[in-house]
Amino acid sequence: MASLPYLPHTDADVRAMLEKAGVKTLEDLYADVPAKFLKKGPYALPPAMSEQEIREWFSSLEAQNARLKVFVGQGAYDHYTPSVIPYLTQRSEFLTAYTPYQCEISQGTLRYIFEYQSMMCALTGMDVSNASMYDGPTAAAEAMKMCVSCTRKKNTVLLSRALLPHVIKVVETYAKFHGVTIGLIDAPEGETSLKALQEALTEDVAGVILPSVNRYGIVEDHTGFADAVHAAKALMVEYCDPSALAVVKTPGEWGADIAVGDGQSLGLPLCYGGPYVGFMAVKKDYMRKMPGRIVGQTTDKEGRRVFVLTLQAREQHIKREKATSNICSNESLMALWVTIYLSLMGPEGLREVNRLSSDGAHYLYCELLKTGKFDEVFPSKPFLKEFVLKPKEFPGLMQKRLEEAGFFAALDTEEGYVTFCVTEKHGKAEIDRLVSVIKEG
Amino acid sequence: MSKILEGLCYSESHEWVKVEGNVAVVGVSDFAQKEMGDITYVDMPAVDDEVSQGEEFGALESVKASSDLISPVSGVVVEVNEELEDAPEKVNEDAYGSWIIKVEMSDPSELDSLLDAAGYKALIGE
Amino acid sequence: MKYYDKLVFELSKEGRCGFSLPLNSFPSGAELPAALRRESALELPEVSEPDVVRHYTNLSQMNFGVDTGFYPLGSCTMKYNPKINEEVAALQGFAGLHPLMHAGLTKGALRVYQEMNKALAAITGMYTFTFDPCAGAHGELTGLMIMRQYHMMRGDLGRTKVIVPDSAHGTNPASAAVCGLEVVEVKSLENGRIDVEALKPLLGPDIAGIMMTNPNTLGLFETQIEEIASLVHGCGGLLYYDGANMNPLMGVARPGDMGFDIMHLNLHKTFSTPHGGGGPGSGPVGVAKHLEDCIPDIRVSGFHGNFGVILRAYAYILALGRDHIRKVGQYAVLSANYIKESLKDVYKLPIEGVCKHEFVFDGLVNDGAREGVPGATTLDVAKRLLDYGFHAPTIYFPLLFHQALMIEPTETESKETIDAFIEVMRKIAAEAAVDPEILHGAPHCTPISRPDETAAARNPILKYQDA
Repeated sequence: MASLPYLPHTDADVRAMLEKAGVKTLEDLYADVPAKFLKKGPYALPPAMSEQEIREWFSSLEAQNARLKVFVGQGAYDHYTPSVIPYLTQRSEFLTAYTPYQCEISQGTLRYIFEYQSMMCALTGMDVSNASMYDGPTAAAEAMKMCVSCTRKKNTVLLSRALLPHVIKVVETYAKFHGVTIGLIDAPEGETSLKALQEALTEDVAGVILPSVNRYGIVEDHTGFADAVHAAKALMVEYCDPSALAVVKTPGEWGADIAVGDGQSLGLPLCYGGPYVGFMAVKKDYMRKMPGRIVGQTTDKEGRRVFVLTLQAREQHIKREKATSNICSNESLMALWVTIYLSLMGPEGLREVNRLSSDGAHYLYCELLKTGKFDEVFPSKPFLKEFVLKPKEFPGLMQKRLEEAGFFAALDTEEGYVTFCVTEKHGKAEIDRLVSVIKEG
Repeated sequence: MSKILEGLCYSESHEWVKVEGNVAVVGVSDFAQKEMGDITYVDMPAVDDEVSQGEEFGALESVKASSDLISPVSGVVVEVNEELEDAPEKVNEDAYGSWIIKVEMSDPSELDSLLDAAGYKALIGE
Repeated sequence: MKYYDKLVFELSKEGRCGFSLPLNSFPSGAELPAALRRESALELPEVSEPDVVRHYTNLSQMNFGVDTGFYPLGSCTMKYNPKINEEVAALQGFAGLHPLMHAGLTKGALRVYQEMNKALAAITGMYTFTFDPCAGAHGELTGLMIMRQYHMMRGDLGRTKVIVPDSAHGTNPASAAVCGLEVVEVKSLENGRIDVEALKPLLGPDIAGIMMTNPNTLGLFETQIEEIASLVHGCGGLLYYDGANMNPLMGVARPGDMGFDIMHLNLHKTFSTPHGGGGPGSGPVGVAKHLEDCIPDIRVSGFHGNFGVILRAYAYILALGRDHIRKVGQYAVLSANYIKESLKDVYKLPIEGVCKHEFVFDGLVNDGAREGVPGATTLDVAKRLLDYGFHAPTIYFPLLFHQALMIEPTETESKETIDAFIEVMRKIAAEAAVDPEILHGAPHCTPISRPDETAAARNPILKYQDA
């Protein structure tokens, strides 16, 4: 069998330690466990592998996955990752650190979280950000709970039907068990309808969750939404793609109270869905109702600027069942990933990413229409990098041809459309090739 | 030794009540503020909220702890001390000068169940 | 470690750029209508690539990690993070997979989930796992949802309460509240175990189940688990196992065999994946066979959980295999008992006897208190440890003891490291006895000294623009 290099104890160490512990054998350490619960016989696990064998095994598994150019978004976007990011996030001082409760030896983590919070506030136009959450859908679910806890005796939260499907599913799951009623607002013309919202704004509505850029890729116009929601004494939550916030109107500008979304679009690898990083930023009034960790600035005994976890009285380790949430671990390392990404891109880089993606997507949109194989679904609605079309043929065959040619594209949606997404990773030549595959079919 | 003011009513959960007509002015005792240490935030209800005797109406927070505020009387909140929002340390500095809420009492006879200064002194054993 | 004061915003200079993007080869696309465009300035830094690299390298040097030194953190299982795991997780064939690709395109990834499911079932005695939860507390919440779903599917709608011991992790009652369950606390006995007599009257048709940590947060095995299981099952409730303390049972005993119906595991604790300064974690939830049908409707994260973390944990399990897994539990328990016995003359040990992977001291035997000088507290001991190059233990938890100091060494620390820790702990105890002021002022050798946390909470400065 392969040896295990992670266990330093020698036989002599074990003997010496057993003696100090006052027992004769390792088994004696479990004398208090009823004998019937001690596992007899070997575990149904494979034999131990050496490092070489592990590497070979994963290479063989990796080879079973398709390697395709990704032209689908729907909440997971294939943006480019600058090489600086994995290089820095792999530094073991970041990677192998614990949660920064001992601030004197965690200033590295605390400082980047403070930078992250500052950047998320800058992107969203909100006052206060937390230190990150699991992913976008869970951040939306936490926002749903917050709407209920911030309003009085109200228990319904409205979701736009144009939110990404996985966001709706997760929020509905949390709501079912938390005891919150969910209402859905129609989006008949490809974006959330203000009229439908106004009709649904009953007295019991605590909050409304709206997509900034929606499941069809459409940039929604929320003129008048905040006034309607606030007139009903409810909170307005915007679910956003943070990358797009460099160019589209921010939750702050629309008058939202809470902004949530997934930071994955800020350079995180697709990685089959995770780890990603949820974000939440709120207006100052709701700061103390916010779930998750928060880093704040203060001074040490010498008067130097230092950073600490703060407003902890909201959290589970102090308030237990009365805490704002049960969240404990967040996605700290992915928040670092986002922070480094935004440092490198700066305002101009992020705008350029949007320009390249949007120009590519509009080019693809026009070329696809020229093939005659699609109908427009929402003509004249503004979009950035993502859009839907109605295929004239059954999409399965088209998808198969695309896969064989090395593309993951034209994913079918619940509504019978197909969805496409273009990022700065896709040049014109590649898009032309994709279009030609579709044309040939 | 904690300060205890004569003429106030006290609850076993360390709130004090000063009666002004049908309105109960509610704060926390000097003993309670000492136990909490540096208070960083006072979580208060809104005006017009209903409170009930023995039920929580807010919380005191310090860096590492949170302690519920329990209403010594039932009624409707008519005023909250907004000054404490930006200056929670005032509770540490002067617990009896820093009222938290004023309640229009629905049942003033509830006051009979509270302790007087001597009774409260005995409770905290100082 | 050295103090470094900059924030990345302070390195910014107009016109600097840290990105490199392809030329735009497209015909100019449609402009967004003015009403939908961002109007406010975007306050992100403008810095060069070398600026960024140096800045974050400097930040990293103010951090302590498992690769720097020993973390005796109770209930957090800060074991060594194997490096092959990082290499595996970064493979492009995994990192490049879109989560909505169909099964035919992701055979290798699906195989990882299948193999992990089999391995975790073998290790825990559970029937099957869901990998959606992204952390331990997220797993707890998911497990409680499954618990409620089970009762709901049987039409048993009155089960709205969950029993949680007073020694439980704070996440337990918080998760219960998020799941819409009312928490009923059950007390511990003097010997640190659940008071079975106090449990009995709590049981009834309103009980959804009990959440237990076994060994519990005092590092003690709940010896009456069989009776507890039979009582809770007898009233129609289910048993939930908090997997934060699974490490001592690795290769030795299985929650599934003890009557637990649902459990979560912390892959970032027991299965060696790095904590990353507070995530990403992964909290897969296992259930017994009769709960299998309760899982599908419960969707707690966007796609398939934290696949990158699951990959790392799978690499660790392959390295352990059936050959070494037993040593993980045994050595973790051995090291904890060794430390406990080596220090119990200078730190108060409230509960004698063999512990599992962790144990709790209740402060110093001699805290040095004297006229006008308060004694050294657990916080002081923790902060002084930082001066000697160790991370602090978990402090002031569990809440059962006022000066709780909870130590968990894990199986990956050598006897030499552990001996050095013991020596330092004794030295600190001696310092306290002579002059507790040394401890009150600690740490003295870290990049910063104790911060003013009260000021931070009273006047929150939570972003660069606030300062």
